[in-house]
Amino acid sequence: MLRDKRSEWLTAAVLVGPFVLIYGVLFVWPTIQMVMLSFTKAPLIGTGDWVGIDNYVKILSHKLFHQAFWNTAYFVLLTVIPNTLVSLLIATAVNRLKGGMQGLVLACFFLPYILPVSVVFLTWNWIIDVQYGLAQVFVRPFNGGEPMSLTRTIPAFMPTVAFVTVWWTMGFNILLFIAGLRNISPEIYEAAQLDNASRWRQFTRITWPLIWPITALVLTIQLIAQLKIFDQVYLFSIGGRQDATITLVQYVYKLAFQQNKGGEAATAAVLLFGMIIILSVLQYQVLRTRGEK
Amino acid sequence: MSAEAIPSTETIAAERSRRDRPIDLIGLALSLLTLVVALASFFPIYWAIITSVKPDGEVISGSNSLWPGRFVFDSYIHIWTNTNIAIWYVNSFVTSIVISALVIVSSAGCAYALSQLDFPGRRVIYVLILACFMVPMQALIVNHFVLMAQFKLLNTWAGIILPQLIVPVVIIVYKQFFDSVPKEFREAAQMDSAGHFKILFRIYLPMNWGVTAALGIITFIGAWNSFLWPFLAATGEATMTVPVGITQVKDAYGIVYGKLMASAVVAGLPVAVVYLLFQRRVTQAIMLSAGVKG
Repeated sequence: MLRDKRSEWLTAAVLVGPFVLIYGVLFVWPTIQMVMLSFTKAPLIGTGDWVGIDNYVKILSHKLFHQAFWNTAYFVLLTVIPNTLVSLLIATAVNRLKGGMQGLVLACFFLPYILPVSVVFLTWNWIIDVQYGLAQVFVRPFNGGEPMSLTRTIPAFMPTVAFVTVWWTMGFNILLFIAGLRNISPEIYEAAQLDNASRWRQFTRITWPLIWPITALVLTIQLIAQLKIFDQVYLFSIGGRQDATITLVQYVYKLAFQQNKGGEAATAAVLLFGMIIILSVLQYQVLRTRGEK
Repeated sequence: MSAEAIPSTETIAAERSRRDRPIDLIGLALSLLTLVVALASFFPIYWAIITSVKPDGEVISGSNSLWPGRFVFDSYIHIWTNTNIAIWYVNSFVTSIVISALVIVSSAGCAYALSQLDFPGRRVIYVLILACFMVPMQALIVNHFVLMAQFKLLNTWAGIILPQLIVPVVIIVYKQFFDSVPKEFREAAQMDSAGHFKILFRIYLPMNWGVTAALGIITFIGAWNSFLWPFLAATGEATMTVPVGITQVKDAYGIVYGKLMASAVVAGLPVAVVYLLFQRRVTQAIMLSAGVKG
């Protein structure tokens, strides 16, 4: 019996070994190192003096950090809510379609989601190009017949990038909503139809309340994902004005890789890290209490 | 958990009863509207493809014709001969395949141990995985960079691969599936004196082959698409992956949208093909991982 136990431990060690090695070296150690680094005044590569909480004081009062925070919050606001609403509407519509037609329509919405961010960037950068972009056909009438840059001016930048992001990531949310809609028993709708309830009434009284748990999930997944935003915003803002449109991850990137301030970059990363953990815990609480109801 | 991209018998029945109603004009209009919105959503991809096969002159003539006057593949030939796209392709394929293989193998083993074996430290490891789930990898870029620099792995395949091996969701999904395999299978195999490795590779993995396929495909797509880390780890054109490399395609003669679209099409092609071939597996994997996140 004891031999059995020992051989089980040995097997476990072999099976868990690679995991422990990978996560130890690439997750646990960098995390510890990040926290330590955040208390030092160090360049990106190399060591520095221990400065206590100086970096935190500095970053938290840094104007650019505030800018990054508000830009990120603005981006979250511009993407998460429209994305959720549009995805839910599309999902209910797609869910009504039949067989092959449904597959085709779903593929149209889903295909963008699996494309690399740089493909999305190149495609849309071409579409919104000031001189030759197709989007100018639609934009010109609103700009007194003149072509208009959709990313080169600060007010237009975030809404445009948010629009592209919604187009890009919508497929994921639609998929989750469809999964949720399929779980609603059709008998409920049949009963409603017998009562001659209108489509809109069916949606507000049956679909919406029953789909709410999925909606909460979709909202929080997006919220956490968009806090980590970097790729699109960085790509669209290449060529200057990065400070005006900077996001939190871009801020970390700037401190570390453009200004060689390893310590401060680690501090900013720890702050981002903290925000996401708080949100994750909140999400977990919300979804768990919802599950218990 | 068993969400599949096929309509259940109930929905089919519901649709049949809907069809029996006289003429559903609103329903028809809604369906048509959905189709139009779907085509609009697909349009940017179409536009990128069509631009890539138009002659340069037509691209910048402002004609915006939805069909090329003449199909030319100059843009593809140009990027093939004038950029390192072939090398980026090799880099992307090697790193993505190695990442998927390593993630699947190490996660399946770890999940089996967590699910079926009793050993010290089991709880600690599970808590670690859940913790890892919450941590944004984007917050670790600075220290990953420092670590890879210390190992002298920047601008190498290993440097691109290593930090991307952290995919906790794969372990959690595997564990859930292994937990649901009836214990009798394992006990019967153990009666025949099969070891744990044999049980894992002959029973547990084959029983969950569909899950492995789904997770493998989604890991591959994720690795192929990842931008931030390869962008930091590969600064030389020789080690860039396709999604990073194509942002470098520039031309000395101004507007090169035809060529840019050709490189976009080439970069998106592998994942688009994988998706179109394995649609159901991809959607299944996404629903599985979303289920875990909830």
